[in-house]
Amino acid sequence: MKLILFYLRKLLAVVRNEVLVLPSRVAVIIFFLFILLLPSFTDDVYILRVFTLTCIFAIFAASWDLLCGFTGQLNFGHALFFGVGAYSAALMNIHWQLAPWFSIPLGALVAVAAGLTVGIPALRLKGTYLALTTMAFPIIVIGLIFTFPGFTGGELGISGIQKLAPTRIEEYYVISILMLVLCTIMWKITDSNTGIIFHAIREDEIAVRASGVNTTRYKLLAFCLSGFFAGLAGGLYAHFMRIVGPSTLDVSLSFQVVIWSIFGGAATIYGPVAAVFFLYPTLELFHLIQDYRTIVFAIVVLLVLIFMPDGLFRWLREKVEEECPRCKVRNVAWRKTCRVCTASLE
Amino acid sequence: MSMVLDIVVMGLIKGSIYALLAISFSLIFGVARIVNIAHTAFYMVAAYCIYTATHYLGWHPVPAMLIAIVISILLGMITYKLVLNPIREHEGAVLIATMAIAMIFQEIMTLAFTGTYLSVPNLIDGFIEILGVKVFNQQLLTLGSAVVVMVLLVLFLFKTKLGLALRSTAQDREVANLMGINESKVAMITMGIAIGLAGFAGAIVVPLEILEPHMWTTPLVMMMAVVVLGGLGSLKGSFVAAYIMGFTEASVVFLSPQGAFLKVSVALLIMIIVLLIRPEGLFGVYFEEER
Repeated sequence: MKLILFYLRKLLAVVRNEVLVLPSRVAVIIFFLFILLLPSFTDDVYILRVFTLTCIFAIFAASWDLLCGFTGQLNFGHALFFGVGAYSAALMNIHWQLAPWFSIPLGALVAVAAGLTVGIPALRLKGTYLALTTMAFPIIVIGLIFTFPGFTGGELGISGIQKLAPTRIEEYYVISILMLVLCTIMWKITDSNTGIIFHAIREDEIAVRASGVNTTRYKLLAFCLSGFFAGLAGGLYAHFMRIVGPSTLDVSLSFQVVIWSIFGGAATIYGPVAAVFFLYPTLELFHLIQDYRTIVFAIVVLLVLIFMPDGLFRWLREKVEEECPRCKVRNVAWRKTCRVCTASLE
Repeated sequence: MSMVLDIVVMGLIKGSIYALLAISFSLIFGVARIVNIAHTAFYMVAAYCIYTATHYLGWHPVPAMLIAIVISILLGMITYKLVLNPIREHEGAVLIATMAIAMIFQEIMTLAFTGTYLSVPNLIDGFIEILGVKVFNQQLLTLGSAVVVMVLLVLFLFKTKLGLALRSTAQDREVANLMGINESKVAMITMGIAIGLAGFAGAIVVPLEILEPHMWTTPLVMMMAVVVLGGLGSLKGSFVAAYIMGFTEASVVFLSPQGAFLKVSVALLIMIIVLLIRPEGLFGVYFEEER
C-alpha cells in the first residue's frame, strides 16, 4: 500500500514538474486522451470513420517524415509503400484467406522489400534528383496493375476484403491505439542513436561517413523502416475500407503526404501527425461545400506556407516555448528565468 | 513498315513535347532553384484557354493560341511574385507551394469545365500520305512548330546578352550577382520564359490530346523522368532524353498488346536502369555537393 502511494506521489510529481510546465507536453497528453475517449463522446459512425482514416494517414505521414524529414532522402513516391502494403494485404487476404493479423504485417514486409528496391538505386542519388526519380516507382506499379487485371482487379481494384473488427468502435480502437503506439515508436527511433545518425546524414553525409559510420546501411535502414510503417498503414487501410484500388498508388496521394508533413513541420514526427489531425477532419467538415473543398485546402496550405515556411506546428511551438541559452532546457516563453538553472531568459 | 512510320511520327511528336517541357523545367530549376511541380499545370491552363476561346468565343485557333500563351506567362509571373519569391529559401516549402498551385489550377478547371473529356478542333485539316501511311497535317504542324521554338530558344540562350545572363546565373548565382546581374529579375524573366514554353507546348499539343483536369499528371511524371535521365540542368541531355522517352513510349504503344497501360511504366523503367549505371544522368555533370 505504501509502495503504491509512493509511486502515485512520484507520478504526480513528474506530471507537475515535467509535463504541466510545458504547453507542448500538455498538448500531447490532451491529444492522447482525446483519441482514447473520442467514442465516449460520440458514436456517430461517420465521425468515427473520419477519425479512423485520419489515424491511418497519420501513421503514413509520420513514416514519410522518418525517411524524408530526418534522413533527408526526399521521396515523392511514398504512395508506393502505402499501395504495395495495401495490395499485398488484400491479395493475401483474398487468395490465402489470411486473417488481418497476419496479412497486415506480411503486407508491411512486402512494403519493406519495396523500400529496399527503391533504396538501392536511391543510394547513388541526392536531393532533387532523388525526389524526381522516386516519383516513377508507384507509376510503374500502377502500369503493372492495369496490365494484369485478372490478378490485381485492374481499375476497379480488389473488393470483399475481410473486416478488421466486427464493429466500427472496435475498428476505431484497434487503429487509433496502433497509431499512438507506432507514432511513439517512430518518435523514439528518431530520438535514439540511429535517429541521430539519420539526422546527421541529412545535414552532412560526408562528415558522417568520415566519422566511421556506414551510411549506406543507415540509408537503407531508413527506407526499410519507413516502408514498414507506411506498409502497415496501407494494410490497415485495405482492411478498413475493404477495397483497394489504384488510387492508393496515385501521384496525388504521394503529394498529399508531402503536403501534410511539410505543412506540420518536417523532421519533428509530431508535426506531420498533428497536421493530418488538423487538415483531414477539417477537409471532411467542408463536405457541405464539396466542390470547393480541395481549392480551399490548397489556398490554406499556401497561405500558411508563405507566413510560416517551417511548418505550422513548429512555428506554434517556437511561439510558446523557448530554449534556455545556458542549459538547453525548454521553457514556457513567458517565464523570466529558466526553470532548471535559473538563468535569465530575457 | 507502316508501323515503323507510325512509331517514328508519334515518337517525334511526344519527344518534341517532352523536350519543350523538360528544357523549360530545367531552365527554372537551373536559374531559380525552384522545382516547379506546377509546370505542366500551366500547360493544362493554356490548353483550356484555347478551348474557351475557340468553343465559347468562336475565335480562330491561332489568336486563341497566342492569347493562351500570354495568359499562362502572366499567371506564371504572378505566382512567382506572390507565392514563390517570398519562400524561395525554403526548399520544402517551395515544393508544396507549387503542388498546391497545381491543385488549385486543377480544381478551378474542374469547377469551370467539369471533369468531362473535351477536345479542340484541328488547326489545319487533311493529311498527307508518306510511304502509304496517313500522317495528319496537324501532327506535322505540331512537330514543326516545336522544333522551330526549340531552335529559337537555343539561339536566345547562346546568342543574346539576356541568354548569357540566364546561363551564368544558372552556373553560379552568387558570382553572377557580383558581376552585376540582377538575380531576382533574371529569375522572374526565366519563370516567364519557361512558363511560356510550357504554355506553348500545351497549345500545340491540344488538338491531338483529350482535355481533362487531370491531364497534367502524366506529362509531369514523364517530364521529370526526362530531366533526370538527361541530367539535371543539361539542355542537351534533356533534348536527347526527351526523344528516348518519346520513342520508347511510341514503340510500347504500337508493339505491345497492353501498350497504353504499360507505356509510362516501360519508359520509367528505362530511366531507372540508366540511373543505376550512370547516377548523374546521360549528360549530367556531377557537381560537388555544396556544403
